[in-house]
Amino acid sequence: MNQPISYWQTFSIVLKRDLQVAVRNKGDVFNPLIFFVIVITLFPLGIGSDSAILSRIAPGVIWVAALLSALLSLERLFKNDYNDGSLEQMLLSPQPLFIMVFAKVLAHWLLTGVPIILVAPLLALLLHMEEAAYGARIITLLLGTPVLSLIGAIGVALTVGIKKGGVLLSLLILPLYIPVLIFSTGAIEAAALNMPYTGHLAIIAALLMGA
Amino acid sequence: MLYWRSNQLQSCIKGIQYPMSSSLLSANKLTCIREERILFDELSFDINPGDLIQIEGPNGAGKTSLLRILAGLSRPYDGHVEFNGDCITRCREEFYEHLMFIGHLAGVKGELTAQENLDFNLQMHGDNCDDIDGALASVNLTGFEDALASHLSAGQNRRIALARLWRSHAKIWILDEPYTAIDKAGIVELEKLFINHIDNGGAVILTSHQDITIGADRLKRITLDYNFY
Repeated sequence: MNQPISYWQTFSIVLKRDLQVAVRNKGDVFNPLIFFVIVITLFPLGIGSDSAILSRIAPGVIWVAALLSALLSLERLFKNDYNDGSLEQMLLSPQPLFIMVFAKVLAHWLLTGVPIILVAPLLALLLHMEEAAYGARIITLLLGTPVLSLIGAIGVALTVGIKKGGVLLSLLILPLYIPVLIFSTGAIEAAALNMPYTGHLAIIAALLMGA
Repeated sequence: MLYWRSNQLQSCIKGIQYPMSSSLLSANKLTCIREERILFDELSFDINPGDLIQIEGPNGAGKTSLLRILAGLSRPYDGHVEFNGDCITRCREEFYEHLMFIGHLAGVKGELTAQENLDFNLQMHGDNCDDIDGALASVNLTGFEDALASHLSAGQNRRIALARLWRSHAKIWILDEPYTAIDKAGIVELEKLFINHIDNGGAVILTSHQDITIGADRLKRITLDYNFY
């Protein structure tokens, strides 16, 4: 029998399924996270342990690494589903598309953004980041990583039909990530100098709403 | 071409005002061009309740393209598909409420079990998913309910996708090569199901290189030729 399901149900069904698939595919979850950790640990090794330089570059390093690891994991958002035909089946279901896409983006953020936010304090310690900037870093990551997933979804949606769309995806998406990068690192630096950074945060929040 | 486009728009608008139509789905002057080759040109036909339609033709004749256009997954170069007298791009959710499309790709996720796959697909279409094990039993997958789809064979994966047909409330079934990787006994079961479906006022459109045995007398054929230009 036909039982129409609500938007919320659709959302939770898709979200649950995406998380379930990811849990069975652990490599996909840990790959971007390990990449993030490795990139950041390489900086002190390459630059030396001068804490003044490290704390100066820490915000930028953390955010660039977060951008790149997001990029690394973006393809998974639609590509696997496209390849096995389940994306097609979702398109053919009588549910609104934006709800399904939003559920998939949220699942992507939970699997890539949240682990980065959780592991970032440890890495900030490694880079001798100013203690005053800790709060700003967490807030910028909280506001900024969903933007990465949301903007990324546009790029992946455009390149999913292409066999080797990875390069094109980077070209499409990285310029759009630049505002997030500028304002996030700006906010963290301002916080490190004990200056107000709410203006920066407001812009990132606006980006999040816009995306 | 411009002439047809304006015509198409007009009939879309008209369709909203007079939604009465006896056919379930009608193809209206569909033209499809792939790689600068015309696959079919101004193809029109109606699909009525009780129709069992087989689309025939050699490889590359455009069978899959036609099915994808009918399902709204591809856009035709020209022409349009009407559901209830309304252009399908204008009534997406309503149309998909009544459509079941199973393509070349099974749409089964290897990371999920047979049960989870079927459950997800049924839920998304708002179909009854009370007795998932029973639905899997009807495609002979008893005992494999909790096996990951990636551990099952191609035919079994195909069966997971087809299991939805036993629970579907959709009127229009569009099936691209449903018999691929299915054994003989499974094909007989499927054919019985198709007959049952069209007896209940549904319609089945399928492509297959195999001859359909049961209900051959009720079968309608649409033959696509391979065009070299």
